[in-house]
Amino acid sequence: MSTVLAPSPHVRSSVTIETAMYGVIIALLPGALVGACFFGLNALKVMTISIIACLLFEAMVLKIRGMDMSPLKDGSAVLTGLLLAMNLPSNIPWWMVVMGAVVAIGIGKQVYGGLGYNPFNPALVARVFLLISFPVAMTSWPVPKPLSFSLDTITGATPLGAMKTSLMMEGNVGAAANMSLVDPLIGNMGGSLGEIGALALALGGIYLLVRKIITWHIPVSFLATVFGMTGIYWLINPELYAPPTFHLVTGGLMLGAFFMATDYVTSPVTGKGMVIFGVGCGVLTVFIRLFGGYPEGVSFAILLMNAATPIIDRYTRPRVFGYPTRKEARA
Amino acid sequence: MANRFRGGVHPDDSKHTSKQAISGLQPAERLILSLSQHIGAPSRPEVSVGDRVLKYQPIASPGGFVSMALHAPTSGTVKAIEPAPHPSGRLVTAIIIEPDGLDEALDRTDKADPGLARSPENWKETIRDSGIVGMGGAAFPTHVKLSPPEDKPIDMIVANGVECEPYLTADHRLMLESPDEILGGLFLAMKIVGAKKAVVAIEANKPDAAEVMRKADLPEGVTVEVLPVMYPQGAEKQLIQALTGREVPTGGLPMDVGVVVQNVGTLATMNQAIKEGRPMVERVMTLGGPLPNGPGNYMVSIGTSLSHVVEQTGGLKGPAARLINGGPMMGQALAGLESPVTKGTSGLLAFGPGELRTLRQRACIRCGSCISVCPASLLPHTLGSMVEFRLFNQLREFNITDCIECGSCAFVCPADRNMVQFIRQGKAELLALAGK
Ligand code: SF4
Ligand code: SF4
Repeated sequence: MSTVLAPSPHVRSSVTIETAMYGVIIALLPGALVGACFFGLNALKVMTISIIACLLFEAMVLKIRGMDMSPLKDGSAVLTGLLLAMNLPSNIPWWMVVMGAVVAIGIGKQVYGGLGYNPFNPALVARVFLLISFPVAMTSWPVPKPLSFSLDTITGATPLGAMKTSLMMEGNVGAAANMSLVDPLIGNMGGSLGEIGALALALGGIYLLVRKIITWHIPVSFLATVFGMTGIYWLINPELYAPPTFHLVTGGLMLGAFFMATDYVTSPVTGKGMVIFGVGCGVLTVFIRLFGGYPEGVSFAILLMNAATPIIDRYTRPRVFGYPTRKEARA
Repeated sequence: MANRFRGGVHPDDSKHTSKQAISGLQPAERLILSLSQHIGAPSRPEVSVGDRVLKYQPIASPGGFVSMALHAPTSGTVKAIEPAPHPSGRLVTAIIIEPDGLDEALDRTDKADPGLARSPENWKETIRDSGIVGMGGAAFPTHVKLSPPEDKPIDMIVANGVECEPYLTADHRLMLESPDEILGGLFLAMKIVGAKKAVVAIEANKPDAAEVMRKADLPEGVTVEVLPVMYPQGAEKQLIQALTGREVPTGGLPMDVGVVVQNVGTLATMNQAIKEGRPMVERVMTLGGPLPNGPGNYMVSIGTSLSHVVEQTGGLKGPAARLINGGPMMGQALAGLESPVTKGTSGLLAFGPGELRTLRQRACIRCGSCISVCPASLLPHTLGSMVEFRLFNQLREFNITDCIECGSCAFVCPADRNMVQFIRQGKAELLALAGK
């Protein structure tokens, strides 16, 4: 009879990296479905290529590093692949998707040592890389065609892009000022696969909250900050600034707030830190959208806040049990 | 009043043996009375090989202030004083007694104080001479806990009947079956330290025990508090925080906030020692987990080998993959059943192959779960990674010594990290660094 001499505790909760990663993947499915409905086969193509490329490249790196292949099954590479796809337009050439996957897994994740060590969200690193390298392909959006599965596409602008153009040409926000929210809510607009369909994405986000895979801190503080700040600007001058509801449902805000900013590895670890992080993401997003050169700022905002995570973590350490509170220490 | 302690987890409570009344066992043919059954210096043997001893006879005396006396659990012959198996896995010197089956007892009427006519000081001596240690797991000498210095007045005694470890039901049964013994001991403890108030703390998964205690003859100033089920609520500092909102300062003891915590089993043993003159020679333990044929709660003589407990109750259903001395959260894995029941043995759990989830330790994914459950408000993930990467010099700054090793962090960790092992290693490295 030989027994295991493992250290305590001898019982563990059933939550593992896998349950968390696949939980996020499940939560992304409604959003992905909306993408597939409006962009058809192209959307499916981008998602499939992205996921397979991420898995293949992860396997390659693991092989080179002489490691076993078990991390392939933890769901993180699949999730990165799906998230990357959600950040791309459906008409992007396949080889750009592959390049994005290589950057996400290689530069975004594995150079740092794999899951747990990367400072930046891998899918966002890849998106920004593609945006800078191939600005035209990354910003010509196919016009959505509900439930049509033809491969040819006409390109158009995203609501945020249209607003920026109108601001520059006309000096006002144009159609954004009183655009109906129905289309962006259900996904009937131009954009990347995960930029449309705010409702489906929020639904996935609620699922994550209910299953306790994420906490409210980041999404709520992120969304509230964007809503509050754009609301103030809109009240000041509705000619120059679109209403807060418009900002909430357009662009990658829902995807970013629920799925990208909440990435465990690259966001702070305490509730207080997460709120600071979420507010930071919100402020940066609003500044980039309203005053920056790009119509959309969610990705840049999250990446910038990723860089701030270590500092946030350092200054939000909880007070240890049995030590004086800051107030007591001063007294 | 009932507050809540910070952090904590909800392991499945698995209290399968709570309906099993405490029963006795056939005596073993050999008793292993380890000289280290408590925190502190080992006891000093007072008998020699070949001596005949009587039940309750002192066979070892305390080896220091924080140390304990030992008594023979039954009459018999001292066969050896030699290194013997110990739950820690090491060999520790023990007095080996071969019982003669007569169970002949030493007359201790002179030690008993049935009418409680003697002074609290005298009771405290009896507690020490009776070899009583905390029975909840840590096995700290009880008389030391009941001796706070003058400048630390105690206003409250807590009778700890929380029993927050999954599977263990010994305290639960004791509360159901011997409430008066527990309350008798609680009364004595209040008198000894001069506390006017006392609380019997019980988790909500034992409503019957709370009911029994409430209906019992509660001494003046004693209340019964039912607390929500949450691990590690039975840990002294967490229990005090939940009951009173007071925080024991770092490096301090419950007495620093005017509280003394005593496990309900300890209180019952104290009561017997003082009123009847019976030293601590037996205790209740739970035999649990999926593998034993006779899971339940048993009154066992100290020194009985765990294998005897298992055999007497019908053996195991199959080969054991994991044996645990104590509860599943803080108990220690055993290599076998040779070691004896000690004063701190609250339970023995046996699991077969595949009954506990197989762990695969991976890198921390910074999910923050460990931080939100840590009752000490530490950063377990940081401590774990620092030890993993041998960055020992920063451990103190991250308060590693405030860790109570409750295992909540490891319980929730999705990356299956062995946080408690890391932390123990880190503490040991710090000690080594300080020694240099
Ligand atoms: S760090 Fe220590 S006190 Fe905190 S949860 Fe882990 S074991 Fe418990
Ligand atoms: S629970 Fe585990 S994975 Fe999560 S932060 Fe703590 S150590 Fe890291």
